[in-house]
Amino acid sequence: MTHVLSLVTFVPTLGAAVIFLLPRRSDTLVKVTTLVTSVVTFALSLPLYTRFDPAAADYQFVEQAPWMPTFGVSYHLGVDGISLLLVLLTTFLMPLTLLASWDSIERRWKEFAITMLLLETGMLGVFLALDLFLFYIFWEAMLIPMYLIIGIWGGPNRVYAAIKFILYTLTGSLLMLVAILALYFLHGAATGTYTFDLPVLARYVLPAGRAQDLLFLAFALAFAVKVPMWPFHTWLPDAHVEAPTPGSVILAGVLLKMGTYGFLRFCLPLFPQATLAFAPWMFTLAVIGILYGAWVSTVQTDIKKLVAYSSVSHLGFVVLGLFTLNPQGLVGGIIQMVNHGLSTGALFLIVGMLYERRHTRLIADYGGLWTVVPAMSALFLIVCLSSLGLPGLNGFVGEFLILVGAFQVHRLAAVLATAGIIFAAVYLLWMYQRVVFGPVTREENRRLADLSAREWVILAPVLALIFWIGVYPVAFTSKTEASVQALITQVQTKAAATAALASRTP
Amino acid sequence: MSRLVWLIPFLPLVGTLVNALFGRATGHRAHWVAVPALGLSFLVSCAVFLRVLHGETYVGELFPWIAAGAFKAAITVQVDQLSAVMLLVVTGVGFLIHLYSAGYMHDDPSYARFFTYLNLFVFSMVMLVLAGNFLLLYVGWEAVGLCSYLLIGFWYEKQSATDAGKKAFIVNRVGDFGFGLGIMLIWTTFGTLDYGAVFANATDAVSQGTYLAIALLLFTGACGKSAQLPLHTWLPDAMEGPTPVSALIHAATMVTAGVYMVARCHKLFEMAPLSLEIVAWVGGLTALFAATIGLVQTDIKRVLAYSTISQLGYMFVGVGVGAYAAGVFHLVTHAFFKALLFLGAGSVIHGLGGEQDLRKMGGLAPRMLVTTVTVFVGAWGLAGLPPFAGFFSKDEILASTFHEGHIALWLILLLGALLTAFYTGRLFLLAFMGAPRMSREQAHHVHESPTVMTLPLAVLAVLTVGAGVLGVPSAHGTAFARFLSPVLPFKEAVHGGVTALALAAVAVVVAASGVFLAWLIYGRRPVDPAAIGVPRTAVHKLLLNKYYVDEIYDALIVQPIYRGSLWLARVFDPKVIDGLVNGVAEMILGWARGLRRLQTGFVMNYALTMLVGAVAVIAFLLFAHP
Repeated sequence: MTHVLSLVTFVPTLGAAVIFLLPRRSDTLVKVTTLVTSVVTFALSLPLYTRFDPAAADYQFVEQAPWMPTFGVSYHLGVDGISLLLVLLTTFLMPLTLLASWDSIERRWKEFAITMLLLETGMLGVFLALDLFLFYIFWEAMLIPMYLIIGIWGGPNRVYAAIKFILYTLTGSLLMLVAILALYFLHGAATGTYTFDLPVLARYVLPAGRAQDLLFLAFALAFAVKVPMWPFHTWLPDAHVEAPTPGSVILAGVLLKMGTYGFLRFCLPLFPQATLAFAPWMFTLAVIGILYGAWVSTVQTDIKKLVAYSSVSHLGFVVLGLFTLNPQGLVGGIIQMVNHGLSTGALFLIVGMLYERRHTRLIADYGGLWTVVPAMSALFLIVCLSSLGLPGLNGFVGEFLILVGAFQVHRLAAVLATAGIIFAAVYLLWMYQRVVFGPVTREENRRLADLSAREWVILAPVLALIFWIGVYPVAFTSKTEASVQALITQVQTKAAATAALASRTP
Repeated sequence: MSRLVWLIPFLPLVGTLVNALFGRATGHRAHWVAVPALGLSFLVSCAVFLRVLHGETYVGELFPWIAAGAFKAAITVQVDQLSAVMLLVVTGVGFLIHLYSAGYMHDDPSYARFFTYLNLFVFSMVMLVLAGNFLLLYVGWEAVGLCSYLLIGFWYEKQSATDAGKKAFIVNRVGDFGFGLGIMLIWTTFGTLDYGAVFANATDAVSQGTYLAIALLLFTGACGKSAQLPLHTWLPDAMEGPTPVSALIHAATMVTAGVYMVARCHKLFEMAPLSLEIVAWVGGLTALFAATIGLVQTDIKRVLAYSTISQLGYMFVGVGVGAYAAGVFHLVTHAFFKALLFLGAGSVIHGLGGEQDLRKMGGLAPRMLVTTVTVFVGAWGLAGLPPFAGFFSKDEILASTFHEGHIALWLILLLGALLTAFYTGRLFLLAFMGAPRMSREQAHHVHESPTVMTLPLAVLAVLTVGAGVLGVPSAHGTAFARFLSPVLPFKEAVHGGVTALALAAVAVVVAASGVFLAWLIYGRRPVDPAAIGVPRTAVHKLLLNKYYVDEIYDALIVQPIYRGSLWLARVFDPKVIDGLVNGVAEMILGWARGLRRLQTGFVMNYALTMLVGAVAVIAFLLFAHP
């Protein structure tokens, strides 16, 4: 199969087309078709893991075909150690998310299914595209389904949240579009070849100076909004609180990673000099995000909002890792993206399960759940522990590598970030205590049902990965190392070349 | 030995998994899984110990764990004299306490969950002890903290229990913050985390400041785990957990991890002598500080908790003055007599139907003979009177402190010994002697505990009596120190002769006076329970309030952070940050409203605008680029 990436990307679209033709009456048929599509997509993506050559730093399973040759636009897909795990995370989370929507999405399941599957294509396209033009199309296209998911299937204040989400991200993206065009013309003017092809552009050494800085900032703004980095985070709590469970899971699990992925894929190799120059600023924002997110989480009364702010904290760790520009920080950052997708995804899944039972997300409405739903409480605890970075579970692996990476380049940032792990324990354990421990204080909580078979099927795979990555992370990190090493070398040599260029032209 | 070693953690892990996954099936038979798992683990530990006794050691790797670039850490175990001793204590005392729990916890509805956690604890503690590198040590370190959290809050419906569990975890995380940074600094300094390589490379090539930083960061972790000043506050609250847990985790094993770690890393500490000085002083001050609080506690378990903090302080003084083997020996004997005391207290609590208040006890001796005799042995050991083990281990620490020239510290420890003997005597007299002070109904129910509980008491009593043999000083040091000498350096015959005898005599006199004082107050005539635990003087009030440390932390740390967070969440985030975001949106909306007015729809207006624009452009071109 030479077209495995195209297949993985577009099977969901195909599924969406099939569902479009299905009769509206039969919800079950729609649900099963959607689920089957996502499971097939996941199955198709598995060979990427097994047949991926961990020793090769380059893009693998590459597909390239001219699309608009006059403008240097091509259909170019490929996967490397940086995107591999994120692609797998996306295809892995999708079936679970759909299972979680089974009953929680109560109306317009058909439209919902089509939206979700198109979203999946968009997300996979973002991670796989190696042409800036193609990337931008996927990047923007993916916004629309998420906008609809929040705006149609969301909570009472969904329209405000959806519009805030799309306007905020669009503003960031527009600047990125300008920067992409600028890069296109700069490269064209310098080399005579006008192309949007990422590997070609990545070889081009942009002179250091204002142009590089501005381009970096334009890209960085788009990604910082997406991550979201402090202080561009305020759309996230609103979006999460209003989004339905599947929306939150995908938003936290995959969409946020596009920001951090964007830094890695574009900012670092395209603008190495600016990356180095702005790294201290990124550290600062990352560390503020880590602590700020944790503190604000602590005092939330709504579980979903708490988890949303905890994402700001966790993603702060990832950004910190990426800008260390050493193998520990980068590998840690990549694995932490996966970890965050799993543990925060699982947190949202569990909050969703609670919401389905009690129709509330307020911490104060719970209490004493262990007596009523012990299995769910136990899994909830494991997920919380994973999120707070307990060694032996996945979160620790990423966090520790990131901190080791940061410790080598910026001691103070590392120390402050390490303090973040104290606060992570505070907000998670305090929330957990109020929700799960204590006596049952409300009558409505007394008759809750424990996990159903469907819910076990949703949570068990996530739990398995939480343990697997925690105990044997080498299975995953080894796939990323070659690409990470190559990226670091590329950044360093290019930065040196840029500097040389700058010194020659006063 | 290789395959044997892996069995030691593996067996309790299997026990954990079985009871966790099939707890509903095992239910009240959970101990049939958990207790044999640990018993076997103990037997394997004995076998391993015998091999070590014959000079065999082992370092082995199971699989690579975390790796990125030059950073590598594997699942590596290391068995040497030190870890072999620790293994025996952890699995041996652990086994006895598992056995005891089968009786103590038998009526608890969450019986299987209890044994799941207990097995998980032993697994984690064994990994901590066996770890062959710092990262795996950290894993065990945090994992035992998790088990502590789970077991303190085991009775999860009780707010005070879950609060205490959370507090333990968070205070330990504060310590681990330092510990984690210490590990990072070790890696950036030495490029490896394996014990062997790190200790071999610990030479003068690295600056003393770095060593000091590493040592103090590691010691921060030790302060958290071993409840030393200023991170001691969680341990007394940890008494909310079931009593076997207090015995195993919060007295015999987990809390001694800090002492073990400092002994293990003594090479790093020795490279910065100031760090050892700090260790010794923190230990000494904690020993005295906690002992003073122990004087006035009325809850039988809290007396023992403060006593544990205090005794851990003695161990830190031991390792701090370079008498590593003495510190570790005290760790071992303390594990015996303190586990014994806790289990004895548990037996009393069991016999009194849950009563923990010393004021409502008294006169238990005739009704609970085995418990009384064994607790008496334990108390004798804790008071440090000869010829029990506690005497030898404490004397060794006192003597080393004296000989290393730390006279001030020695005096502090001596004062601590007086207080220790006093509160131990007080505890024993109040609980077992005199007239019964409990309600008539309680008095009627008082009964000796079943054999499954008294048997561990008896075994621990025998150990408390007999283990001293290993610590009898001689011209060549103690047998215990000689055994540990491949790992922990010891100075041969630093003390002996007349001075040693005189020092020992002083220690005995001090301890005996403490007991005598306790008898004067609580033994000579019947006590008035209403007068105990009521503040009489300012000092007494200070002690009853534990020096207000909790209150100070709350006012200086917890509240400011909490209030700050509230402000961030309620004011700064919505008003300032989101205010800016929405402000920008409003502003654009405002511009749009303004611009809309330009779209009048009158062609003449547009024509005029075009004319003005054209004139402006021409003017600009003419004047700007002449």
